[in-house]
Amino acid sequence: MIALKSLLSGAILSGTPLLYATLAELIAERAGIVNLGLEGVMLVGAVTAFVAMVVTGSAALGVVAGALAGAAFNAIFAFLVITRRANQLAAGLALLFCGVGLSALVGSRYVGSRIAGLPEVPIPLLSTLPGVGPAMFHHDALVYAVVPLAIATWWGLFRTRWGLALRAVGENQTAAFAAGRNPHALQYQALVVAGLLGGIAGADLSLGLAKTWAEWMTSGRGFIAVALVIFSRWHPLRAIAGALLFGGAISLEIELQAMGVPISPFLLDMLPYVLSLVVLAAWGGARRHAAPASLGRVFQRTG
Amino acid sequence: MIDHVTRGLGMLFVVALAIAVGTVADPAAAQTKLKVGILHVGSINDAGYNQAHAEGAQVMKKNVSEVELIEVENVPEGADAERVMENMIKQGARLIIPASFGYLEPALRVAQRYPDVKFVHPGGYKRVPNLTTYWASTPEAFYLMGIAAGKTTKTNKLGYVVALPISFFLANVNAFELGARSVNPKAETRVVFTGTFLDPGKEATAANALLEQGVDVLGVIVDSPITVVQAGEKRGAYSVGYHYVGVQKFAPKGWVSGVAFTWGNLYTRFARQVLDGTWKSENILGGLGDDYLTIAPFGPAVPEEAVKLVNATRQEFVGGKRQVFQGPIRDNKGVERVKSGEAFPLGDLRKMDWLVEGVIGQPK
Repeated sequence: MIALKSLLSGAILSGTPLLYATLAELIAERAGIVNLGLEGVMLVGAVTAFVAMVVTGSAALGVVAGALAGAAFNAIFAFLVITRRANQLAAGLALLFCGVGLSALVGSRYVGSRIAGLPEVPIPLLSTLPGVGPAMFHHDALVYAVVPLAIATWWGLFRTRWGLALRAVGENQTAAFAAGRNPHALQYQALVVAGLLGGIAGADLSLGLAKTWAEWMTSGRGFIAVALVIFSRWHPLRAIAGALLFGGAISLEIELQAMGVPISPFLLDMLPYVLSLVVLAAWGGARRHAAPASLGRVFQRTG
Repeated sequence: MIDHVTRGLGMLFVVALAIAVGTVADPAAAQTKLKVGILHVGSINDAGYNQAHAEGAQVMKKNVSEVELIEVENVPEGADAERVMENMIKQGARLIIPASFGYLEPALRVAQRYPDVKFVHPGGYKRVPNLTTYWASTPEAFYLMGIAAGKTTKTNKLGYVVALPISFFLANVNAFELGARSVNPKAETRVVFTGTFLDPGKEATAANALLEQGVDVLGVIVDSPITVVQAGEKRGAYSVGYHYVGVQKFAPKGWVSGVAFTWGNLYTRFARQVLDGTWKSENILGGLGDDYLTIAPFGPAVPEEAVKLVNATRQEFVGGKRQVFQGPIRDNKGVERVKSGEAFPLGDLRKMDWLVEGVIGQPK
């Protein structure tokens, strides 16, 4: 009925930026780098996409600009942790706050601007399916692209030589180096790709979901993505499930209120996080051995 | 390294710069008699809470020529706010407007350290001799919005996206539903709490969920009404705004009206009082009859009879002939909250933790 349709639609809309962000972090962590500043990258992407659309009127340009801005911002992080060997956790957090401040500064002049946002494109035939049709097949381009992109990420990481090399770097950088790979180059590439995806995640928030810009509008979604990477055991296809689950929890919390279910709004607000805890507790065991072995370290040539 | 010529030119440049900055820095120094500092928790273009305060400050500046304004946006609540206020005072500010509820404690601390500087805080509940608290009681205005919404809705389903279940917000929603019911006995209002004052993603989700339930008039109580109003407009629903008079541009077709603050004249009075030495600490709680609370212009979809009724009811409130929460009132669990013949006093809103009959939602 109404609620299920609305729930499904809400789960997809809320889950999309989460999935882009999770994929971004997943690629970085598979290469051995933890980026706690993902939220900052998303914000830079979101504000750039918004400003680009205000100025040019083109959503496509907005998304491209957001992606590139995210990549550029993440490249700074890459320089810090790879070339300068800064502590990844500290540098990531620094990136976070820098991103929050920078995006607020750039965006402050444009707050309150109207944009049309990403246009919704109904998929012919599929969107006319009763019930499910409009909920699943009447969305914007970024929503449609995210699952294929997740599959492409899986394919890229697990079916290509580049992906193999990247994962090797994440597992054992010395061995990868000995085998003729260039760990630093691969990690830079991973972070640039992660930056592109993080920027798109932000663009989806500002151009797709909310169609506006507000300071720190990601509201912790970057951190949720970092958790979702662990939740999905660093696997892109499981990340789809994770993002949909979490997006669904956010949507459910709101849906229950709109339906008038007599549960305290404070308890409902906790729902997404409680759900994550429950799932992690139930499936937590294998996690420790699933992380890339060299996560958090950067290769240093000796001699 | 650097030769003598270059060094000499460099020093000349620095000296010239110093002289230039020194003379140009304060061209109006002779005329400025009052520096006013205002802090915002968000952006002054948010078409909401912050923009209302910012425009109030601009009106004050226009009306009082001796005022020089120091304005800072996006100041987090807490230690940062204290730092910014101190900074303003060091620049010579004698009147500070910490424009966010969460600035109260930092402002009280700074006020006690600088007893000669005056502070005016919106929504505060504690005072010191140099800090005034002010606000406008909004339920009456929300009742008027309810009348307009009740007459405009086609589905009889109204909705509200609210930040938190705070008593003042519950009171606003209650007044809205009472107003709607007074002209449309079938009107019901669904409430969704987002849990935070500003999260456009969640606000959009909440708006969409309400619209899916058949709601065709969306109201909003968060810092910026933009997201919810836009979401409504996109799906052909009507919108009721809050905070700022100029939100209609986000919903040209569906705009109903909105409750708005126009702080300009109040801020002008504060500035003049500081200048002529008559400022004193007080608790100002205005209402519909004051010049800092207003209702936004009506949109094209609102029927003429609704506009007339709103204006007439407004006069009744201002003239004291009608109380917003006059009994009998039952809450949405069936408990009688206000007896027949009595009225819930507006000064006691802090105690309101229930939602009236007709509102679908959980207050706690």
